[in-house]
Amino acid sequence: MTGRILDEAVIRELAGTPTTEYVIEARDVWKRYGGNDVLRGVSFGVHRGDVKAILGPSGSGKSTLLRCLGLLEPIDGGEIHLEGSRVGVRESRGRLIPLPERTLARLRTDVGMVFQRFNLFPHLTALGNVMIGLTEVRGLSAADARVTASTMLERVGLGSRSTFYPSELSGGQQQRVAIARALVMNPKVMLFDEPTSALDPELVGEVLSVMEELAREGMTMIVVTHEVGFARDVAGRVVMMDEGRIIEDAPPDEFFGHPREERTRKFLEAVR
Amino acid sequence: MDFKGSVFLEALGSKALIQGVQLTIALTVVAFVIGLVIGLVVAILRDSRLRVLRAVAWTYIWIFRGIPTLIQLLIFWEALPQLIPALKGQWFSPFVASTIALSLNEAAYAAEIMRGGLLAVDDGQRLAARALGMPPLKVFGKVVAPQLVRVAIPPMANDFITLLKITSLASVTSLRELMTNTQTAVASSFRFAEWYGAAAIYYLVLVSIFMLGQSWLERRYVWTSQARGPRSIMRAIGR
Repeated sequence: MTGRILDEAVIRELAGTPTTEYVIEARDVWKRYGGNDVLRGVSFGVHRGDVKAILGPSGSGKSTLLRCLGLLEPIDGGEIHLEGSRVGVRESRGRLIPLPERTLARLRTDVGMVFQRFNLFPHLTALGNVMIGLTEVRGLSAADARVTASTMLERVGLGSRSTFYPSELSGGQQQRVAIARALVMNPKVMLFDEPTSALDPELVGEVLSVMEELAREGMTMIVVTHEVGFARDVAGRVVMMDEGRIIEDAPPDEFFGHPREERTRKFLEAVR
Repeated sequence: MDFKGSVFLEALGSKALIQGVQLTIALTVVAFVIGLVIGLVVAILRDSRLRVLRAVAWTYIWIFRGIPTLIQLLIFWEALPQLIPALKGQWFSPFVASTIALSLNEAAYAAEIMRGGLLAVDDGQRLAARALGMPPLKVFGKVVAPQLVRVAIPPMANDFITLLKITSLASVTSLRELMTNTQTAVASSFRFAEWYGAAAIYYLVLVSIFMLGQSWLERRYVWTSQARGPRSIMRAIGR
């Protein structure tokens, strides 16, 4: 039902020259909150154009992993790589020092992020929300940003809602604006943190279909989700997280057909 | 009843009160603006990750909210020059002393209001702004600040009105603001009712003008595509 979302040129670029290296990769990532190890040595990556779904019970570290990949949280151990190069830290006299927030901010523009609770800016219209990254981060003029942002809003099916404020939009519409806000920055990878969990059931479909279209067009995506159907139909690989670790990483047929881990079997029974 | 209308009108139109009003406005606005800036810094320090900075901010608020404003004015105007000879110079005028005292005092109150406002802005807002790649100053200026302003308008407006009236305490520094000039006039004319009445009217007018400004500002911070206050309601029903 959804038409083309990305620019032809972007789609062509995504389709060309497949690479063996990961677009984004976690290597033995550890993260501690208070006294708790939320991530205990997570390693995984996504190839260009691939979609990886992450499943797992709440508290298993899925959202934390996304935030670490998005460089929104410093990690306590391990490495994050973006297109092959290590990001987020610099080395000084043999010690690793986290980069200052200003530098991290520039790196984050390569990673698009969509949140469970949308987090749209309430003081800006739908169009304003999509424009702000272009004007404030990319340095585009308001006029140029308006054109680009309008096109993106239209492509997620919200052209007629551009002057509406977030409080005047349904949850599904808000989440589509949030997707447009991230996409318009031309990210190398999109991270979705339970994008449909806060939605009324009848609004889930419109968001998933935008995401499906994006996957079809070759966008690299990591999706934390409880939507088993989406994981089975759209993801190239499905990952199971439990207690801060990845315990299973397999293609959907295998993952849902005959999971190796007992923990995965139990979880799948519970969510079905 | 001994109330002379002519004296009252004369007081209202007197140069003394009009000049006093001008100084009152100047003192209020300057102290408020400086107070806002210092207050914002104190509010941010109040939730700093560093314990020392939190303690500094807490102490600041404790002192400037705890000591009566009148005593603070007297300390700045009389006690400090006694302790610090450099403040005995001509430049340390009643206006300078009053502005410093009232700004620092205002900052303590503004800090607490803004801290409340900062807490009211959802963490997800900062997160989304950072995820877009905004550097810290833009996260604050473009995303947090507008939402902070919206929740802070009513309490800050209240605070502004309080400050406007508190400037009358600056009469202890012999600053020739509205209250000082009223008292001087009373002292020579002994027409209490007329002069105090005229001064009261001026304060009421100032507060009323400010309240109009407040409601205009509040309407600007309504984030819906249709409603923009009474006028657009009229438009909506076709007038």
